[in-house]
Amino acid sequence: MSAPIESKLHHKMDRPDSDNLLDRTAQGVISAPLDRPEGPLKVTGRATYADEDHPDDIAHGVLARATIGRGWVVGMNTAEVRAMPGVLDVIRDPRLLRSPAQGQAARAPVQNPAEIFYVGQPVALVVAETLEQARHAAQAIRATYEAREPVALVDGQDYAAPPGKQASQGDLDAAMTDAAHRIDVTYTTPAMSHASMEPHAAVASWNGNRLTVRCSNQMLKHNVAELADSLGIRAKNVRILSQYVGGGFGSKLGISHESVAAAIAAKRLGRPVSVALHRRTVFEATMRRSETRQRVRLACGADGRLTGVGHEVWVSNLKGETFSEPVTQATPFTYAGENRVIGHHVARVNQTTAGSMRAPGEAVGVPIMECAMDELAEAAGIDPVELRILNVPDSDPSTGKDFSSNRLADCLRAGAEAFGWSQRRQPGQRREGEWLIGLGMASAVRVNMLEESEASVILLPDGTARVETDMTDIGTGSYAILTQIAAEALGLPMDRVTTVLGDSDLPPASGSGGSFGAASSGSAVMLAAQAIRMQLAKRLGCDEAELTLKDGAAIAGNRVTPLAEVLDGDTLKGNGLIQPGKAEKSTRQASWGAQFAEVAVSALTGEVRLRRLEATFACGRILNEKTARSQCLGGMTFGIGSALTEEVMNDPRDGHFVNRDMAEYHIPANLDVPAMTVTFLPDRDPYANPMQAKGIGELACCGTAGAIVNAIHNATGIRVRDFPVTVDKLLDRLP
Amino acid sequence: MPAPSDHSITLTVNGTAETLTLPDPRVSLLDALRQRLKLTGTKKGCDHGQCGACTVIVNGRRINSCLSLAVMHDGDQITTIEGLGAPGALAPMQAAFLHHDGFQCGYCTPGQIMSATAMLDEARAGWPSVVSGDLTAPSLSDDEIRERMSGNLCRCAAYPNIVAAIREVADTAPEDAA
Amino acid sequence: MRAFTYARAATPADAIGAAGRLIAGGTNLLDLMKLEVETPDRLLDVNHIGLDEIAPDGDGLRVGALVRNADLAADDRVRRDWPLLSRALLAGASGQIRNRATTGGNLMQRTRCPYFYDLAAACNKRDPGTGCDALAGKNRNHAILGASDRCIATYPGDMAVALTALDAVVEIEGAGGTRRVPVGDFRRLPGDTPERDTVLEPGDLIRAVTLPAPTGGRQVYRKVRDRRSYAFALVSVAVDVTVTGGSITRAALALGGIAPRPWRDPAAEALLVGRSPDAAGFAAAADAILQGARGWGENDFKIPLARRTIIAALAEATGTDVRTAA
Repeated sequence: MSAPIESKLHHKMDRPDSDNLLDRTAQGVISAPLDRPEGPLKVTGRATYADEDHPDDIAHGVLARATIGRGWVVGMNTAEVRAMPGVLDVIRDPRLLRSPAQGQAARAPVQNPAEIFYVGQPVALVVAETLEQARHAAQAIRATYEAREPVALVDGQDYAAPPGKQASQGDLDAAMTDAAHRIDVTYTTPAMSHASMEPHAAVASWNGNRLTVRCSNQMLKHNVAELADSLGIRAKNVRILSQYVGGGFGSKLGISHESVAAAIAAKRLGRPVSVALHRRTVFEATMRRSETRQRVRLACGADGRLTGVGHEVWVSNLKGETFSEPVTQATPFTYAGENRVIGHHVARVNQTTAGSMRAPGEAVGVPIMECAMDELAEAAGIDPVELRILNVPDSDPSTGKDFSSNRLADCLRAGAEAFGWSQRRQPGQRREGEWLIGLGMASAVRVNMLEESEASVILLPDGTARVETDMTDIGTGSYAILTQIAAEALGLPMDRVTTVLGDSDLPPASGSGGSFGAASSGSAVMLAAQAIRMQLAKRLGCDEAELTLKDGAAIAGNRVTPLAEVLDGDTLKGNGLIQPGKAEKSTRQASWGAQFAEVAVSALTGEVRLRRLEATFACGRILNEKTARSQCLGGMTFGIGSALTEEVMNDPRDGHFVNRDMAEYHIPANLDVPAMTVTFLPDRDPYANPMQAKGIGELACCGTAGAIVNAIHNATGIRVRDFPVTVDKLLDRLP
Repeated sequence: MPAPSDHSITLTVNGTAETLTLPDPRVSLLDALRQRLKLTGTKKGCDHGQCGACTVIVNGRRINSCLSLAVMHDGDQITTIEGLGAPGALAPMQAAFLHHDGFQCGYCTPGQIMSATAMLDEARAGWPSVVSGDLTAPSLSDDEIRERMSGNLCRCAAYPNIVAAIREVADTAPEDAA
Repeated sequence: MRAFTYARAATPADAIGAAGRLIAGGTNLLDLMKLEVETPDRLLDVNHIGLDEIAPDGDGLRVGALVRNADLAADDRVRRDWPLLSRALLAGASGQIRNRATTGGNLMQRTRCPYFYDLAAACNKRDPGTGCDALAGKNRNHAILGASDRCIATYPGDMAVALTALDAVVEIEGAGGTRRVPVGDFRRLPGDTPERDTVLEPGDLIRAVTLPAPTGGRQVYRKVRDRRSYAFALVSVAVDVTVTGGSITRAALALGGIAPRPWRDPAAEALLVGRSPDAAGFAAAADAILQGARGWGENDFKIPLARRTIIAALAEATGTDVRTAA
């Protein structure tokens, strides 16, 4: 086969899109609710995850943990453990990580297992012939410490207020004083854990200086840089494979302990090494979402129009981490009000590293703002939906910029109608036997982003195509939508397009995170396909805009030509590159929604039963209605967990993660999740990207918890300002 | 500490008798399947019976393979996800999960499908659940499916789609499906 | 998991007086062994010794120690005559675990105290004499009745709570022959020796659990937990109550999740008998049961929660419309 004929299409998003290619193509697969192309592999157990491709000579590594919260390791019984059956090595290499890398870090995180910052921090890797031997030997590790008093809890800690994270305009204090109605409330949310179903794992092997790691990561181009920097080797010598990622939710944005440990061990032993984190290690040594304390002040006139919005937050992280939960991210632009204060404070504690977890910021900030709005609606005697509609701003009230698109009011109206919001009564007015029934709602909002992403599309002489990019599919549907985008743009049936992902040797994509993955990697694929369309148009002697591709044929003028004939034995390769540009800076971009919940609360025991959850979203073009809906169901369920069940518990003496297993850290089980409805409003956002699609998976968990907690208030008349709403917080105020 | 001794066991896995020599009785059924027999479709999510990702069917019953030693299953009949169907020849439950998008990342999925398959047998045998109104005559409502599947956690939270997939298979009488 | 030797027992006689630990379903023991909370050097597999039948025992039922939780819950006789037992079993764990867990093994289930599960923590139950980190730690799930200052762990199971309310008896065979212990007395209170969970002696084998004749009462198992399914109880209440001619003629009530063993208080039950079923009577019984209850900080809420759950369970069992449990 001859070398492919290549062409590039590089697009910087400086202007709103005016071409809208996917609305003028003809294949009709874009947006369709198609099954996932990799689905058959997943439902038959044939998809290969991180710890599932073991060479015969593999050795097994298990991490040993620190049992103090702060100090230094000064000794260890390594000789004793080395002598245990099957043990090959006990590794205390200073390159072992303290913390996983934060998302998009692209460099080594804090390293060195000798200085301890939290209980459960890995102190050594024990490698043995079998998993059973390694697990026992790791449990036999005894470190001696020079211990320091850990900062176990945030209670009573001094918080720093980073100057770049504070903002104010107007005079909020005066607005509060002058307001017809005001609320000034403080809410707390607990630390939470991603709890992806696949524990972090890595299998490392070396071929000379070239390292290959099969692992479970979300952003391969950054992960390569992080791993190389951590090991002190060149990035070109690192290959990462993550074709199937068993959930991430932010916990696998950056590399974690297992990749570095496996790579070091494999090099030392000269054989491949698997390091699969124990579930307890995943909980205590990867990432958490920070707990938050949030003070919300809202002031409005007698007409309900907001005059002031204050949102001050207190979060925590380990020393040396720049990330801090961006709780107020959507506050500057969600609602109107000329007097505003944003406050952000960070404490340094000796607990599990805090990092990005699904919708960092809005996932905890929006529900609290929405609870506060519910309190204000009650104070002002205005319907909660009306109060929100009344305060949808015409432009970003903090910057004056226009919205690229603001569909909040549309979502609120459509959602309220579909849900039957008008049936809502005053708090405590509806009862069915033992159960008090309540309805609640919340707005949903999440910033929308675009990240640089590259992809190749190869059109083979037989008229089939292959998509190649190092994008990951963490359950989000990347395989499906990238296949659909290429098929749509090239006019091919789905089964004639193959998508290859999760290999860092392929063109570097945005990776999966921040809900920018589909839009960013999808735009790159669309551009790559567009480059091929241009080549095909040239071959047919027409403009690309006059070219129609459908069912494997090109239609130009009155002529229909099979692609194989157009190609005439050639292979065409398109390379697409999308980059963010001025369009993002010139407007305020967000995705929007409204969520409605119905709950029943036992008047006797305080047990909460979520009965219904319905959401309406506007998030640009939907690329696959089926996978998009699934993303929303998943996000909404995250919201159920944060409203009702999920909480990291830290020991008050040493800060350790007490409930570090799946029996005691309660992610929602099937019975916790009722029937749910998801509605997408038809939407396009030309400022977002050339596909006019936006982020989905995170939006769906922004607001949900607020709707549920507001419904509990409507059922019982009780305001719980400490998430999650477990029975103990309702008992003393039940009727 | 006792000296390890070899255990030779025979597991009939997906219809094939597999004889394994285990030098160490600590090997869980899960690790025997994944590491010794290379049947990695059965997943390790928590290794402590807290998530259900490792669910297999042993002698007709769904169990957590992580909470069993391989040596305890000498002579047993084991069905894993690989034995249920293959791409291009999906079992009805696998096809229903695919069409209803009863999964996202796919990691809990084999356990969900094995659990659902055996759960329907339990329901057909008239077994009740804690949400059954009448213990002596339970019927498989959506809440019954939810409760009976609550031993299989899914962090992507495909639960509504999982319920829909199981509902479809449950509503297809076994003779129709054959 | 520490290395051990493994052998299969063929008959009950192989297991009686045997050295090492017996393993049946293994759903709790292997969990603890993986974490090295339990470190037996010998495992004797009793899954093939029989004792897996449910048979009539006079007007009652004799349940073999190796009957699986799933089979016991689905047994037609149990469903019809002892529905409380079915409901409690079905409220526990998951379908998968109930397919393995056995009647005898479930009685032996160890606490879920996170400090017991944490080798780095002080725990008198796991390592006698080391102290109890739960006392001043995260003790939301801990006991409000029957605890000592050495140990505030709870028994986490459901089945035994129902069996206690149903006056079931454990049949144990050991070196000294066979003895019968009420399920309610099978688990010990911690006192100064929290390391001993039960009255079993080394070498003992649980052969069966016997249920006396059905009471014909209305039976309810109410379990309050942090997740709707697949979670341990914060508080559970097993109720078996008979109402005749508008008044309560017999009441049995056991609590789970709040003590080192299923908790039963005959004096409180006596308060109910002879009264018409009403909120005030339920509250009086609940207050009597909880008279000596104390919290340890984070679990203080279990006292009002237990009170309310008792009232809710009695209301449900007697069909009484109780509007408030305040």
